[in-house]
Amino acid sequence: MKRLNVQLVTGIFVMLGIAAFTYQAVTIGGASFTQQPGYTLKARFDNISGLRAGAIIEAAGVRVGTVSDIEFDPDNYQAIVSLRINDGVPVQEDAIAAVRTQGIIGEKYIKLTAGGFPDLLTDGMQVTETESAVSLEELVSKYIFSGSSAQ
Amino acid sequence: MLKALENLGTTIIASLEMTGRTFNLLLVVVWELLHPPYRFYPIVRQMYFIGARSLTLIIVSGVTIGMVLGLQFYNILERFGSVDLLGAGVALSVIRELGPVMTSLMVVGRAGSSITAELGIMRITEQVDALECMAISPGKFLIAPKLLAGLLSVPLLTMVFDFVALFGGYFVGVYMFGLAEGSYMNGMIDSIEWVDVRLGLVKSLIFGLLITLICCARGFYMHLGKAGSQGAEGVSSVTTDAVVLSSIAVLFSDFLIGALV
Repeated sequence: MKRLNVQLVTGIFVMLGIAAFTYQAVTIGGASFTQQPGYTLKARFDNISGLRAGAIIEAAGVRVGTVSDIEFDPDNYQAIVSLRINDGVPVQEDAIAAVRTQGIIGEKYIKLTAGGFPDLLTDGMQVTETESAVSLEELVSKYIFSGSSAQ
Repeated sequence: MLKALENLGTTIIASLEMTGRTFNLLLVVVWELLHPPYRFYPIVRQMYFIGARSLTLIIVSGVTIGMVLGLQFYNILERFGSVDLLGAGVALSVIRELGPVMTSLMVVGRAGSSITAELGIMRITEQVDALECMAISPGKFLIAPKLLAGLLSVPLLTMVFDFVALFGGYFVGVYMFGLAEGSYMNGMIDSIEWVDVRLGLVKSLIFGLLITLICCARGFYMHLGKAGSQGAEGVSSVTTDAVVLSSIAVLFSDFLIGALV
């Protein structure tokens, strides 16, 4: 009886611990063992300053995918970003991918804007229309220095 | 003057010896664990003592820590008008730092001290020698179940602590301050990545091993130190040593892991 009791309580403890871990890992941590079905597009940017792998892709403010990989292209001095788009989200040939910031100092994400062409991009194709990250510092310094040189 | 220098040298040599013995003990126990006979019930019993019996303490302290964090973060964030970051703030600090560290400190205080006292008393009443006479390896019989149970229990307790603390913060944010329910939960879900949970897990595994190892070694080898000839008083001083040392080990290795990972 005593032995059973110890094992029962320990068993409950272990199950509680594992349940709490699973909750954290899956619900909060967002670890998934099966990749969400989707397809990967490439996009070239002149400057993606601040964008990280794992960043969110939004269309009309809704989360439609994640940035799966970022590479550097030494020939053109550009960044090649792999965009993992969820299935069921159509991306037209002339859709625009732009690096944007959430709020003024928030995280960087990719904003997808729909195009007008009827042709859709499929796995491995490239989004040609891109807008690079807007650097607040550069804007401010441009403003300051253009102001002083005009005097 | 010379006497003071001599004392200093003795202390340093003694603590170095203790460190060496501790890691030697770990290696011996791991080696012995790989060889039969394998016995599982002692591990379950130690997990019952180290883990299951700590649950109440962990849950109560988890809720309290979560509520305190919620309260303080709310006061700070309110000044910047960004109270929707409350969930992110509470979740990040609990999962990455406070969960593993607080749980380990609680386990040191509750279970670590009694491990040291138990092994210390077994040593000075010559029960360990009796085991050796019967050709039973005390490392395998006494220490291995405690080490394994510590290694398994501390991460599980940490996860329970994290979970409970998150809801302590939720309670304060949503019910006391009337924060929108979704902004707390979604802030939490958005800001926590798998790497954060993994960091907490790695930390708690290392802490679990460290504290049980230090507490076991202190008690098991108490006859080799100065306290060995002092009887009951010796046991109390070794226990104090073990608690202080393992708490420092937890805090320092927390910094090291945080810097390396």
